[in-house]
Amino acid sequence: MMNRKGILVNCCKAVFIGLVLLFLYAPILLLAVYSFIDTDVIGTTGEFSFVHYTALFTDAKVLEMIANTLVIAFVSAALSTILGTLGALGIYYSKKRAKTVMGAVNRIPIINAEIVTALALAIAFVVCAIPKSYFTLLVGHMVISTPFVVLSVMPKLKQMDNSLYEAALDLGASPAKALFRVVLPQIVPGVISGFMLAITLSLDDYIVTFYTRPNGFETISTYVFNATTRGNAQTAATLSSFWALTTIIFVLILLIVLISNLTGRKKEETR
Amino acid sequence: MRLQFSRKMLGIPYAVFLLFFVILPMLIILFYAFTDKEMHFTFENFVRFFSDPSKLSTIAYSLVIALITTLACLAIAYPVAYILARSRMKKKFVLLLLFVTPMWINFVLRVNAIRELLNWVGLLGEANYFNTIFGMVYDFLPFMILPVYTSLLKIDPSYYEASADLGAGWTRTFTRITLPLSMPGIMSGITMVFLPSMTNYVVSDMLGNSKVTIIGKFIYEYFGTNWNMGSMVALILLIVVFLSTWLTGGFKEEDTVRGANI
Repeated sequence: MMNRKGILVNCCKAVFIGLVLLFLYAPILLLAVYSFIDTDVIGTTGEFSFVHYTALFTDAKVLEMIANTLVIAFVSAALSTILGTLGALGIYYSKKRAKTVMGAVNRIPIINAEIVTALALAIAFVVCAIPKSYFTLLVGHMVISTPFVVLSVMPKLKQMDNSLYEAALDLGASPAKALFRVVLPQIVPGVISGFMLAITLSLDDYIVTFYTRPNGFETISTYVFNATTRGNAQTAATLSSFWALTTIIFVLILLIVLISNLTGRKKEETR
Repeated sequence: MRLQFSRKMLGIPYAVFLLFFVILPMLIILFYAFTDKEMHFTFENFVRFFSDPSKLSTIAYSLVIALITTLACLAIAYPVAYILARSRMKKKFVLLLLFVTPMWINFVLRVNAIRELLNWVGLLGEANYFNTIFGMVYDFLPFMILPVYTSLLKIDPSYYEASADLGAGWTRTFTRITLPLSMPGIMSGITMVFLPSMTNYVVSDMLGNSKVTIIGKFIYEYFGTNWNMGSMVALILLIVVFLSTWLTGGFKEEDTVRGANI
């Protein structure tokens, strides 16, 4: 039986959770509301309109940086996933010493401050006379995301039944075939979550991108950072088109979260 | 001679990648940190960094900002994680997802959203240090909630029952059972919030009206002028990182994946 004190405690808990959620969502919701109002200053009144959305989708520079962001995210995530999955397999099947060393080096980019990774890469590229290009940017993104792929594949390898691979070999499969048909299917969930993680890390990145990108290459992060801190060439109109961009991304993420959880639940039910 | 295939060879591409793009850059930094412009060995960069009073005061400010940010995150995240972990709700993972979802929006756009909010209430350009800390707490909060939540969830509920059966009140149970057992999560969270709040200058640049300098910003400034000094700062940060992960017993690898495994 719940007494009065218990009810009070529960109310306090709910209020606290609500306040923290308000703190997390207020800035985004503020932008979402104003993205539909034709004003460039938040707090002023205006008419309902899609003007920020049309501004967003008609500005060639903005479209280019969005495309850049998406392309580098997918390309770097795909390459990181291949490299990281192979790496995880290699680490898993290595002797103890090599395993420890590779595991330790793999952790460096994860625990290191991003700025240190970025500076080290940028200086190394100059020292090795590699000019900044799409390649250096790609390497930068792969350095920050591949270790996470390794980390998400590793647990799946540890859960795997090793005798299945041996059985496949005994039954006449080549090692390559055994890896593709027997090992890979067992680690697929880890590979997929590694890929997703790599995409998020790349989409989110500012610092490594800034230090490794070729001249004139802008992603959402560098573009918005420049527009807000320098503020010279950019107009208020550009800044307000970011409200629309934030809203679109927020809605997309909500959809992804919703869909992945609905399908995830279904899988569990059918299991 | 034909090379015999062995499964550990699959790791060779990644080993080469790590060698060239992780280890080699670190060695180059180490070299630059201990040489001068003529490439002679020197400790001067180190001495110079720690004898410049203006640098020292910035370091102090930066540490205080990071400390306040971390404590504020802990003060908000712990109760959230505790309430969620101990709630008897069937779908509490949905609530947790609500706390993590903002983390998947582009980082700079999130800081920009805070910037617009602060501008709206009239604080932008007025309270630079407050704004920076506010933004950092906003951005790094999920990094604290997740590890604390996971560590609280791992506590066997029968401990609470046993504690209550033996006559301990809520406070005693909390200080003797909950808090000590959630310590690994707290430590993990602290490392994941403290470090970026010392080094990620995106927040301080965008919200601090260019008046707030944190340690990470030094590296940016030196990158254009003096690589030796820049490398020295990077090296110091590197040592701080390794010391803190070593002292706090290392981070939990599962905590670094941004809730992708909820």
